[in-house]
Amino acid sequence: MAKKQIKGWDYSPAPESTSHIDLKKRYDLYINGEWVKPSSKKYFKTINPANEELLAEVAHANEKDVDKAVKAARKAYEEVWSKTSPSERAKYIFRIARLMQERSREFAVIESLDAGKTIRESRDVDVPLAANHFFYNAGWADKLEFAFPNRKVEPLGVAGQIIPWNFPLLMAAWKIAPALATGNTVVLKPAETTPLTALKLAEVIHDAGLPPGVVNIVTGYGDTGAAIVNHDDVDKIAFTGSTGVGKIIQKAVSGTNKKTTLELGGKSANIIMDDAPLDQAVEGIINGIFFNQGHVCCAGSRLFVQESVYDTVIEKLKHRMDSLIVGDPLDKNTDIGAINSKEQLDIINGYIKIGKDEGAEMYQSKCDIPGSGFYCRPTLVLNVAQSSKLVQEEIFGPVLAIQTFRTVDEVIQKANNTPFGLAAGVWTDKGSRIFNLTTKLRAGVVWANTYNKFDPSSPFGGYKESGFGREGGLHGLEGYLKMN
Amino acid sequence: MNKKGGLEIPDFNQSPKIDKVGVEERVARFQKRSIKKESKMQGLRMALNMIDLTTLEGKDTPGKVKQMCYKAMHLHDVHPGLPTVAAVCVYPSMVKTAANEVKGSGVKVASVSTAFPSGQAPLEVKLIDTKFAVDSGADEIDMVISRGKFLSGDYNFVFDEIAAIKEACGKARLKVILETGELVTLDNVRRASDIAMYAGADFIKTSTGKIQPAATMQVTYTMLEAIRDFHLKTGKMIGMKPAGGISNSKLALHNLVMVKETLGNDWLTNEWFRFGASSLANDVLMQIMKTETGIYQSKDYFSID
Amino acid sequence: MERLEVLKTYKIYIGGKFPRTESARYYSPKNAKGQALGNICLSSRKDVRNAVVAARKAVGGWSERAAFNRSQILYRIAEMLEGRRAQFIDELIFQGATKAAAEKEVNLAIDRLIYYAGWCDKYVQVLSSVNPVSSAHFNFSTYEATGVVGVIAGQKTSLIDLVSIVAPVIAGGNSCVVIANENLPLCSVTFSEVLNSSDVPGGVVNILTGKQAEMIPALTTHMDVNAIAYCGNDSATLATIQENAVGNLKRVRAYDKNWMDAKSQDLYLISDFQEVKTTWHPIENIGGATSSY
Repeated sequence: MAKKQIKGWDYSPAPESTSHIDLKKRYDLYINGEWVKPSSKKYFKTINPANEELLAEVAHANEKDVDKAVKAARKAYEEVWSKTSPSERAKYIFRIARLMQERSREFAVIESLDAGKTIRESRDVDVPLAANHFFYNAGWADKLEFAFPNRKVEPLGVAGQIIPWNFPLLMAAWKIAPALATGNTVVLKPAETTPLTALKLAEVIHDAGLPPGVVNIVTGYGDTGAAIVNHDDVDKIAFTGSTGVGKIIQKAVSGTNKKTTLELGGKSANIIMDDAPLDQAVEGIINGIFFNQGHVCCAGSRLFVQESVYDTVIEKLKHRMDSLIVGDPLDKNTDIGAINSKEQLDIINGYIKIGKDEGAEMYQSKCDIPGSGFYCRPTLVLNVAQSSKLVQEEIFGPVLAIQTFRTVDEVIQKANNTPFGLAAGVWTDKGSRIFNLTTKLRAGVVWANTYNKFDPSSPFGGYKESGFGREGGLHGLEGYLKMN
Repeated sequence: MNKKGGLEIPDFNQSPKIDKVGVEERVARFQKRSIKKESKMQGLRMALNMIDLTTLEGKDTPGKVKQMCYKAMHLHDVHPGLPTVAAVCVYPSMVKTAANEVKGSGVKVASVSTAFPSGQAPLEVKLIDTKFAVDSGADEIDMVISRGKFLSGDYNFVFDEIAAIKEACGKARLKVILETGELVTLDNVRRASDIAMYAGADFIKTSTGKIQPAATMQVTYTMLEAIRDFHLKTGKMIGMKPAGGISNSKLALHNLVMVKETLGNDWLTNEWFRFGASSLANDVLMQIMKTETGIYQSKDYFSID
Repeated sequence: MERLEVLKTYKIYIGGKFPRTESARYYSPKNAKGQALGNICLSSRKDVRNAVVAARKAVGGWSERAAFNRSQILYRIAEMLEGRRAQFIDELIFQGATKAAAEKEVNLAIDRLIYYAGWCDKYVQVLSSVNPVSSAHFNFSTYEATGVVGVIAGQKTSLIDLVSIVAPVIAGGNSCVVIANENLPLCSVTFSEVLNSSDVPGGVVNILTGKQAEMIPALTTHMDVNAIAYCGNDSATLATIQENAVGNLKRVRAYDKNWMDAKSQDLYLISDFQEVKTTWHPIENIGGATSSY
């Protein structure tokens, strides 16, 4: 036997190369198939949250620019897109999917740079799923008469779409793919902290030869979004983001004929029963709250553990947390990347401070975190009361509020005791109990013995203040159609 | 609840449930770890040092065993400074030969026993088989459990048999082979792991190498979780030996990642982790040479045995 | 001497009971001939509140009933309505309808209930889906009741305007609080008597008479109402309702339909008050066995 035993083993850095990407210094607006300068003449900076370095400058669209985009979309709808046969429409969308797949690495690297998410996730989740959404929806374009029995459907016209910063490319795909498949044209606004992959998607759409004006990408801040929402010639508003902004939008469209779908916030319960496959449940807890740094509307941010297995679950959970690697999003071994922005980090730290001030029992993983950039240690808040802000409010970060329960009835009541209703998780080995829980939890997506799974064919969306309408699957088409 | 040697023996019907799809997802994440540069070299050397170089064939002869023992101590003399493997693993009839060959080298001699690979013999025969191996100089005994008894629900029989063999081992460390390919479900793998550990196993081992599938990462992961839970409950460390099917460096490194992230660095020595393999060593050697020279290697330059 | 007629007191319907409005107020809408239709309860915001409490209490049990059972109960409502045809026809005529129109309306109301009775245990089958996801999971989307629905009934006529919206709402397992036809309230009240004798659990349908303008704000801002069905064509009212609904993001559905039209009954009136729930569960491929050998 070798005399010297090797003890300890750490992974060497394994950074994904950034040499394969093509980023311009400055991005204009993509309107009517062309890159046009903003009439505001203003540009804003988008930075890499992992090191605060500048990535690019991006045009800030004002009302005039939005008007130009909507007019282009209207013209494209009237003159071209509504006259394009459904099967030809399908082929355009298929083509976009293929081009995205071909450029997957570039998309993944830029997504990680701009959003701070790990390359593992952008490479294995965001980008392939985004392409799959185009692929899935493409096939619907010439089959819509099968989707809604006994109804004749037609497109709405111009869809205004506003997307968040947590899944920049994926959300663009969720929005654009069904809109095009159903025959609408699009004006889409990416989030101000993460505009780059949507702009790269504009390049792909351009390369796919989509007629000018069918998809327009206007970058900017909240005022740009408001200009879309308030534009008279927009027929549809699709928004994903916070419940607060969702309500402002819904109020703004009151009294208009604009159809809306809102995918808003959540505070989803992840419930561990005592007979659950505990090691897989722990993995589900980790995946539920630390996926994408916890910047997930359906994050399993309220954990309910049955008292009889509480100690075991917490011990396993802490152990697993300590194996998570927090750091450079581009390192292939990083499990948790950078918080998307300074603003969001401040919000998360504000909640952590509330926990500390309330004297809550907290646990943060012991990992090292980089000195610059926006990072947050995975955090557990244990034995927290239902009435605490940490249980009631969406934190949108890697902070998990943990409560115990004794009986099934109790946990159903507590899980439903929230204005939100986006998602829920249930872990138990007993089939009949799964169905009891999954039918009684008031949430649009229920994961039983799994968590945070997404698929283009699977409808996603919430109950109550988590919004209305569905995205994905057959049911996701409805929000873009007039039913006659 | 029963007690044995100060341990509370749990009800094995209540062994934790395993969700296979969840296990597959977890394993996929281990496989996504990117092991490069320093950590790769370190991992490869570690893997070499954890191998139980194995020959378990009807046609084994002292000549064959001697050749393998030489290889165990001289993996690739062209490259000085490489570790030896952890042990050689042979049938009881070959133990004496092997023990003579590796004497003083630090390489251990492991012997399969208990009517390996089927285990279809009475306990008396299995005890004689085990004692013969130990008396011949085996440092480690790789026994098989009675899978038929396990599958028919006779957990007490399986438990008692392991306990009896453990006693017969004396100072030799006992590895208990579950033959997971015959247990089929991960729930069974978990339960058999629990039985083996509570009955006195020093190591739990996936397979004989005679049945497919053998040491899949899903199975090994399930057993590692069992070891971790046993450690949390009793404070005792149990070793792990995946055997069969781990034939290349990448798979070996993924296994090491899995051990590190499930059990921690303490288990990353050949005292607590082994690879049961015959062809892995050469692939690891080729990878080491490739990593050092940057040139892809040919099998013709690495001795078989 | 001629026998003195016993006059009917028109009450509201909350939680399966017939209280007078808590405000003890009334109004007297008149028919075209100027005859007072009766002393009708002028319900207040507090009546709205009480009705929502009753509806919330009822919705759990109602939505969890077997769809087949809900179907039977809707059929039972139709049976009871059939038995009271004469009374409804009389009321409709008194409110100003011709005999032929009144008969047609009652017949249509009965048939409409039967139409939706039939849908109770079918709409989920028709609209649900099993979604072929790429991972090893079984994934399906099914429909669940939205919850408590505030219904602002149509104002054209009394019975069919009420039945046409209440039936799909409750067929889908929701409970509802209905603001009845303001000027033609008689059939609404009488219909609640039908409901009360039809095995419909108390609180599933609550019917309030009075001024729309007074009750709509309380109903549409109420944080425990999940959806609003507005039957009408007043764009200002609809805009107000939509704004009020924002507080808890009620789903607002507006219908400007002629409910006397046979085509105004529809599967999608049920799904308008449903939530799509998608459930995932892993599929274990044990031992690698395949279904075909």
